[in-house]
Amino acid sequence: MIDTFLTAALVILAISALGCLYRLLKGPSVPDRVAALDSIGILLISITALVCVLFRTTAYLDIVLVIGILSFIGTTAFARFIERGEVIEYGDDRTGR
Amino acid sequence: MIALAGEIAIGIIIVLGSIVSLISAFGLIRLPDVYLRSHAATKSATLGILLILLGAFLYFLIYMDHFSLKLLLGIAFVFLTSPIAGHLNGRAAYRTGVALWKNSVRHDLEQASLQGNNEKK
Repeated sequence: MIDTFLTAALVILAISALGCLYRLLKGPSVPDRVAALDSIGILLISITALVCVLFRTTAYLDIVLVIGILSFIGTTAFARFIERGEVIEYGDDRTGR
Repeated sequence: MIALAGEIAIGIIIVLGSIVSLISAFGLIRLPDVYLRSHAATKSATLGILLILLGAFLYFLIYMDHFSLKLLLGIAFVFLTSPIAGHLNGRAAYRTGVALWKNSVRHDLEQASLQGNNEKK
């Protein structure tokens, strides 16, 4: 019985990922695209959890955490790159550049 | 019978979460501005993932006797990081001069930056 609900939820999540993909391809500014990428990462987390339930296995539950961490780090790095032009700053020592 | 009712309840929770995610994607497409879009992308996506992970957690707990701490950690982590990511993205957008929607009625940061420029003079 729950497989029907899971399939329906997976289809709905795929449609919303397509919507985010539209914004990722079209978005007029770079932060638009970054927000769409963040949304796609969050959708990937939920898709992974649903696939776990669908296959009746707990093997993929680590991937939920890994995708969450990587998506956050990616969004942070993109935001810093947009704002300052570099991802990692080297303290107060500005003589090197 | 009770098992079937529990499966239906968990399925309803999961489908509700995916519908909230779909509404978030609609907001991401339809809203006119980076800042409004980040509103749609951050908040409702967080609620959707909360419902979906909660449904998966309940299924593993009830039907497979597996208390999955990783799913709870995933919920907590998304709740911590999603607003921070949205805030960083919005700040980067504002500082690089992405324009507001033309029908916006308030722009408080403009007043603040004007005051800052006057104090510098």
